[in-house]
Amino acid sequence: MEYGLDKRSNALKTFNTTFIIIWLLIACFPFIWTFWGSFKVRADFFSRADWWYAISAFNTLLETGGQFTSKAYSEAWTEGEFWKASRNTIIVTVFVVSISLFLGTLGAYALSRSTERYAFWILIAALIFRAMPHITLVSGYLFPFFELQIWGILPTTIVVLVAINQPFTLWLLYSFFKTVPKELDESALIDGCSYFQAFRYIIMPVMWPGVITAGLFSLMLAYNDFTVTALLLNQENHTMVPKIQSYLGTNQHEGNLMWAVSAVVSATAPLFMLVMFFQRQVISGLTTGAVKG
Amino acid sequence: MPNKTFFWFFLPTGLAMILFIGLPIISTGIQSFYAQHDQVVKEVKKCDPFGCTVSIVVDQEATSILRDEKPLGKFNGFGTYIDRNHLAIEQISDFWKETDTFGEFINQVTNLPFYKALLFTLTYCLFVTPNVLLLGFIIALSLNAISRKIRGPLIFGTILPMIVTPLVGSLVLFWMIDAEGIIGANLQLMMEDPYLSLKSSRTLTWITIIIYGIWHHSPFAFVVFYAALQTVPQEPVEAAIIDGASRYQRIRHIVLPHIYPVVTFVALISLMDNFRVFEPIIGFSAEGSAQSLSWLIYDNLVNEEVILFGSAAATSMMTIIGIAILLAPVLIRTWKEFRTAR
Repeated sequence: MEYGLDKRSNALKTFNTTFIIIWLLIACFPFIWTFWGSFKVRADFFSRADWWYAISAFNTLLETGGQFTSKAYSEAWTEGEFWKASRNTIIVTVFVVSISLFLGTLGAYALSRSTERYAFWILIAALIFRAMPHITLVSGYLFPFFELQIWGILPTTIVVLVAINQPFTLWLLYSFFKTVPKELDESALIDGCSYFQAFRYIIMPVMWPGVITAGLFSLMLAYNDFTVTALLLNQENHTMVPKIQSYLGTNQHEGNLMWAVSAVVSATAPLFMLVMFFQRQVISGLTTGAVKG
Repeated sequence: MPNKTFFWFFLPTGLAMILFIGLPIISTGIQSFYAQHDQVVKEVKKCDPFGCTVSIVVDQEATSILRDEKPLGKFNGFGTYIDRNHLAIEQISDFWKETDTFGEFINQVTNLPFYKALLFTLTYCLFVTPNVLLLGFIIALSLNAISRKIRGPLIFGTILPMIVTPLVGSLVLFWMIDAEGIIGANLQLMMEDPYLSLKSSRTLTWITIIIYGIWHHSPFAFVVFYAALQTVPQEPVEAAIIDGASRYQRIRHIVLPHIYPVVTFVALISLMDNFRVFEPIIGFSAEGSAQSLSWLIYDNLVNEEVILFGSAAATSMMTIIGIAILLAPVLIRTWKEFRTAR
């Protein structure tokens, strides 16, 4: 928004810039600090004596002989079995994203092309489902899953995450499909396509931006989930986020807290890269729901 | 689209939602009426040269047989809802009779686990939601005034707190604020109080978690407001400038009315998200002084000895009722709009 007539005073400009800088510091500094600290030993990053040790690396020098050490990373990934957690996260994320996109595009396409009243009610029901706290759903799952003996394994968690993710995916893709003109698939139908063919060959090729956005959000949900994965997976199958929590709980030896720090950095870095790459899609996804509906 | 085609297109996603969102809610409802079995006890007669004593011990075998037969537990009706750990009807009426002043009564009631959690959850919602709206709006306004060329990286920096999972976000902050972290240590130096720490006081813990909530949710409000600001029409703004409206007046009378629907949307979403606050309590290891409704459910579900399905389910049902109350105005409004649109 560039106001042609709007002349800002210098004082306002300075104030504005200062405010943005302070906010960015608040938003980003914790991550930078954790990244920095993950290359130190515990006695420095969590220093009882002097917080300046985290910068001067007093104990890191004593213990390892260098300013930086990647000991926490190597230990967490091998001894702490973080490799297994990240493998599980990759499996869960890949399956959740592909399945929920498949189900979501079909359902949202049908919703956007239906003129019946039940389509409206389905969307409202999805909104209510979206509002359910995940932990209340988990308290509903646990008992039946124990009885059916499907608790603790990855496929169960994948299906649950797909289902939890559906309401949001439906709403998002619904508003994207609404922007694709109806005439496009109607002409295909007149030419003799079935609904599925029209969907597959006419609509999907123009829907990629929407699908990528919806995929990103499914990915963030699956990647970031704690409630479902912590309670529905057994120790062996834990994904990254519950694994980080388990490093906090076990204070058997000194290294564990630093494992958590390095694990946090390892888990966050790929996510940041992804968002940096797809920033435009993330923002358009967050706003389509808001501005249009 | 014909109904039949709609059915086949919608079947997979509908089935997933019914099976894994609809049924669990029903399952939670059923579980909330059951409670775990009491242990079966039996009398054991022990005789020694000095006579016989009768002692009562737990009959492990009978207990496990009972548990296998009826895994859901014994039927308890609304018993779980009104017990001490939930609505605590009995305790409250006792407090009402025993306490002299109203303040004391409130004090006693908010010490009960459910009310304690409810109080924290509501306080969190009450403080976080308006501040998120305010901070998000201010950031959107001031980023909007910055040159377009450098906006991209600035937006990326701004949304970082939102894209990390709450557990990681709260851990990252906790490691700085804790007594051994950079901010905590400096606060101790500044206040000249070597024992000052996050865990030392309930108020401090609450404030920290609320600050975390604002930090984590503001970027979402920012993104939505920022997008809405791009759609504000130029002409009325320019007309207002010519008429001599101040910057504040322009925002108050032109920008705000334009983005008003979006404000209600953000308020609703962030209220819903705040109501289920849970992960920061684990991240800040604040279980001792701050418990939310979601945390109570989690605590029941990870119970060491026997998972308290009934108790967790009762709290879940009451949380769902809370969500329904929050959602009701929106649903009523949508329904009215739908009625008039027809």
